[in-house]
Formats: sequence, C-alpha cells, structure tokens
Amino acid sequence: MAMDSGKHYVLGIFEDEDVLIQAVKSVRGAGVKIHEVFSPFPVHGLDEALGYKRSRLPIAAFMFGALGTTLALTMQFWMLGVDWPMIIGGKNFTPLPTFIPVTFELTVLLSALGMVGVFMIVSNLKPYATPKIFDKRSTDDKHVMAIDLAQNKMDKGKIDEILKSSGASEVNQKEFE
Amino acid sequence: MQVTSTVRNPLVTGGKTIHDITEDVCRQVEGKPTKSWMLVLSMALGALTIGGYALAMTLWEGIGMWGLNKTVGWAWDITNFVWWVGIGHAGTLISAILLLFRQKWRTSINRAAEAMTIFAVICALLFPVIHTGRPWLTLYWPIPLPNAFGSLWVNFHSPLVWDFFAISTYFTVSLVFWYIGLIPDFATIRDRATNKISKAVYGALSFGWDGAAKTWSRYESVSLILAGLATPLVLSVHTIVSMDFATSVIPGWHTTIFPPYFVAGAIFSGFAMVLTLMIITRKVYKLEDYITISHIEMMNIIIIVTGSIVGVAYLTELFIAWYSGVEYEQYAFLNRATGPYWWSYAIMMTCNVVSPQLFWFKKIRTNIVATFILSIVVNIGMWFERFVIIVTSLHRDYVPSSWAMFHPTLYDMGVYLFSFGLFFTLFLLFAKFFPVINMAEVKSILKSSSEKRN
Repeated sequence: MAMDSGKHYVLGIFEDEDVLIQAVKSVRGAGVKIHEVFSPFPVHGLDEALGYKRSRLPIAAFMFGALGTTLALTMQFWMLGVDWPMIIGGKNFTPLPTFIPVTFELTVLLSALGMVGVFMIVSNLKPYATPKIFDKRSTDDKHVMAIDLAQNKMDKGKIDEILKSSGASEVNQKEFE
Repeated sequence: MQVTSTVRNPLVTGGKTIHDITEDVCRQVEGKPTKSWMLVLSMALGALTIGGYALAMTLWEGIGMWGLNKTVGWAWDITNFVWWVGIGHAGTLISAILLLFRQKWRTSINRAAEAMTIFAVICALLFPVIHTGRPWLTLYWPIPLPNAFGSLWVNFHSPLVWDFFAISTYFTVSLVFWYIGLIPDFATIRDRATNKISKAVYGALSFGWDGAAKTWSRYESVSLILAGLATPLVLSVHTIVSMDFATSVIPGWHTTIFPPYFVAGAIFSGFAMVLTLMIITRKVYKLEDYITISHIEMMNIIIIVTGSIVGVAYLTELFIAWYSGVEYEQYAFLNRATGPYWWSYAIMMTCNVVSPQLFWFKKIRTNIVATFILSIVVNIGMWFERFVIIVTSLHRDYVPSSWAMFHPTLYDMGVYLFSFGLFFTLFLLFAKFFPVINMAEVKSILKSSSEKRN
C-alpha cells in the first residue's frame, strides 16, 4: 500500500488509562508503529510505554537559571561597583549579601520563562496554532491511539484486529485532506 | 477496575465519571450568566466605580487626600499592600508546595486559588504605586535603566528595590504557572464549543493543544520544575516584604523574626481568603462533589497551624522586646498593647490567635457556616495585624513633640474599596469564562481517589 504520510489513520479509542498502557505495550509488541496517543489528562507511565525519552526541559530550566544568576550578579557588581560606585549608608560598594535577593528573583524568573518558552516552541504551542484533531473526545474522556497507515506495512484489517484484542472500545478511521 | 481506599476519604464524591467532570465544569463556562452572578458583578462594578472616584481624586490632588501626616507616613496604603500580597500567597502555595508534597486534594482548588493569587497581587501592586504620588513615573523608577535616562543606577542595597523584583517575578511566574495549567482545559472547551465566537476565543487561548502523550510528558516536567521554582519564590516574596520593615531602624519593625512571621501570616490569610471564595463558588456552581468537606477541613488544619505560628510570633516579639533591655523597643510594644491603638491590637489578637483555635473542634472545622465566618474573621485580623505593625510603630516618634495619630479619610477608604471592586470583578469574570476547576488534574486523580460508582 503506497499511501502519503499523515493522511490515513486508524484510531483506537480507549476508556481506561491502565488498559491503554497495556494496549500500547501489546500494539508495539506486535510490531505496529504508533503515531501518537492523545489523552484528556496526563497518564503516568504512558511516555515510557511509548518509548519516549525523558524530557530535557529540566536542563533548559537549569541553563536559563544559571544565565539569570550570572546576569543579575554581573549587573549589580558592574553598576554599583564599576560604573558608578556610591557610598550608601557607609557600606561597601559591593556587598554580596544585599545582592542576593535580586539575584535569586532573576534566577527564578529567567529559569521559569526560559523553560516555558522552550516548552512552547518544541510543543508548537502558540495562539491560533491549529492542532490536528483526531477525535474531539480526546479532550473529554477518551484516550485516542492514532496509527499512521503510511508508517506501517501491515494492512488495515490486521491493525484493527490488534487494537480490538488489546482492549480498544472502538476502532475508527480518520482521513486528513 | 476502580480501586477505592478504605483508609482515606474520597477526594471526588458522587460517583463521578470522567465525562461528568467535563460536564460539571464546562456547564458554567458555556451557559448564560446567571442572575446571581450579574447581581454580584454589578455590586463589584459599583465598588469599582465609587472607589474609582476616590482613586481619581487621589491621583489628581495627590496623596494629601489621605490621612497621612509627617509622623505617620505609611498607614492604610501599605497596610492594604501587605494584606493583599499576603492573600496572594495561598494560590501558589497550594499549587506548588502541595504538588511537591504530592497532596492530591490540591487539584480541585488550585485553579481558583491561583487566580485569586494573581488578582490579589494586582490589587497589592496598586498601593505602593499610588503611594509614590506619581504613578506614571513609578513604572520605571525601580528598573535599572542607564543613567542618562534617570539619575543614577537603582540602589540594590534597598529592600524596596528587592521588593519590586520579588513581586514582579512572583506575579509573572504565578501567571505563567496558572496559564500553563489552563491550556489543556481551554482545549476541552474549544472542542465542545458550538458557536463561532467561543470556538475562536478558546481556540486562540488553548494554543493548539492536542493532548499528545509527548506534550503531556513535557507538561508534567514543566509543572514539576515550576513548582520547584515557585516554592522558594513564595517564601521569598513575603520575606522580602517583611524586610521593607525589618531593615529599617524603627522600634517595632527592626526584628529578625519578621520573615518567618510574615510568611506564616501570609499563608494564614491566603488560605482564609481561599475558603471565603471557595465556599461561595462551590455553593453557587454546585461543585460540592469536587470541593468536599474534607477539602475544607484540610484547609482549616493549615489555618490552625499557621495561625498558631503567628500567635507564637506575637508572643516571641513581646518576650524579645522585654529581654532585649532596649527602652525604645519595650515602649513600642507596651504602646501597641496599651496605648491609644490598644483596640486594634486587641482585634488582631482575638481574630488571629484566639479564633482559629476553634478549629481544633472537628465539629467547627467541618461546618461550612462556621468556616465561612471564621475565614472572614481571620482576614479582618490579618488586616489589623499590618495596621498595628505599621501605624503603632510610627505614631510615637522619637521626639514626643512629633507624636501624632492617624485618622483615615474617606479617600483612604475609597481606594481600599476600589481594590475590593477590582479583585471581585476580576474573580467573577474568571469564574464565568474560565474553568474554575482544573479538569485535567482532577481527571487524573479520579481513578485512585474517588468514591466508588454503584
């Protein structure tokens, strides 16, 4: 079957998250490639069952946080120590302890905004982004497993059978233009 | 397949299915505004208008409209500021600290509590901005801008500058945290929308969310890290607010106990405000199966704990004032309790230390009417706490000839009313157009923590 990628999908609809995880394992075990699973809520263990690697977003958070710390300290030391030193209350020009609050806040701010920014970009989340909706119930109460026929050599009847035997309550087809 | 614990109370009652959660929460967003909602909104808008007049007069004539004088330069304005910031602590505490501690009961209340946090911080920001007298300049004063633009670099040794950084960071991070949680729920509303306008609006708000497993996996790690960042952030904000006082040399302010004492007080009043709002919301929106009596009891337990910490802090302050041997310190506290403002000290002690102790009785902490009344009493007490700290420490100056009293004018009260109008208007708009309960999170705990369906 020569089909264009991303046009013809088989959808397995699941009611229960534990059945879903078992089904993901057995479907993958049978050699079927899963395009993606859509759920109304986060299902623990689903990403491992699908073979997804752990997200590297924590690394991004750390890098942005470190950038925030560096920028905040550099800014304060440069402004009050180098560019225009002022005597305030007879204290040192650059006492580290009084720089800590601003440094802490900027670390948190950059870390949070940077990580969320990266998350938005890699997940393609933006206003007016139009998602490919396979089944509208996937934001209500159903888990939807989408299998791209172009990515699988197996024929449709066989895939339907595997989905049904692994606990799908419905097996549907979805065509995209 | 449903597993119900024999030891713990269910978090969601009434044998709800996942679809029921969608229905129960979306009904409020999709339906027409109810009469009671319109009535309360018009009251809030009324407060906003009357208060708006007082605010406009204050801006036009200057803060001389208030009852401030040379001795008492901070009074209602800063009291209101600290009070609102304190209230703004519960939301992020619930969603961040309770997430780190894996407290699943947070899921039904975190959305509304976070919204409350954001609106309370907006109200809080109003006061120091107006108090500077030239709010159009305040916007850039604390920002470190090149010297050519203003005078010199900002003074990073000053707690007022720390405060600017702390509160603006807190506001931004809370807003981001709240919005990230809203995205999946907006997608649910988008996919149910039948008319064009809501399809377009919620389509834009949902950022193209599709609920893919990969995105959920990233979402989970983003939430966890944001919680990890927000936890010390929450604690830092009121710590830094307390430093506005503690780093000064005014007897009654210059104490090292302030940071933990302020943080405990903030959580105390924040939870009280969450209870006030949630008790009304659950009743009006018929969400009794999601915000159950055990949720209310949990929050009341947090109120006993933090209220008792605040009580211990009051007593410690008195002890340290005596033990320090410093005459001025001793006088400041003696004057608080027995001076001309003794009544505000008495209100503070009764509302904050005595009244929450009633929650030791299970009958009271599981009673909705009693909880509602006490939650308001606590916030009255917390307002007086800030009033006591600020005004009684200032009104007896070092020089007896400068001693003065503070008398609020109608404009002091009007601007306070304005902040209430703003807060309730924003909260009511949120409660109508946004999902008040985090649907996705409640769905994720449904299987393990709900009442068995018969």
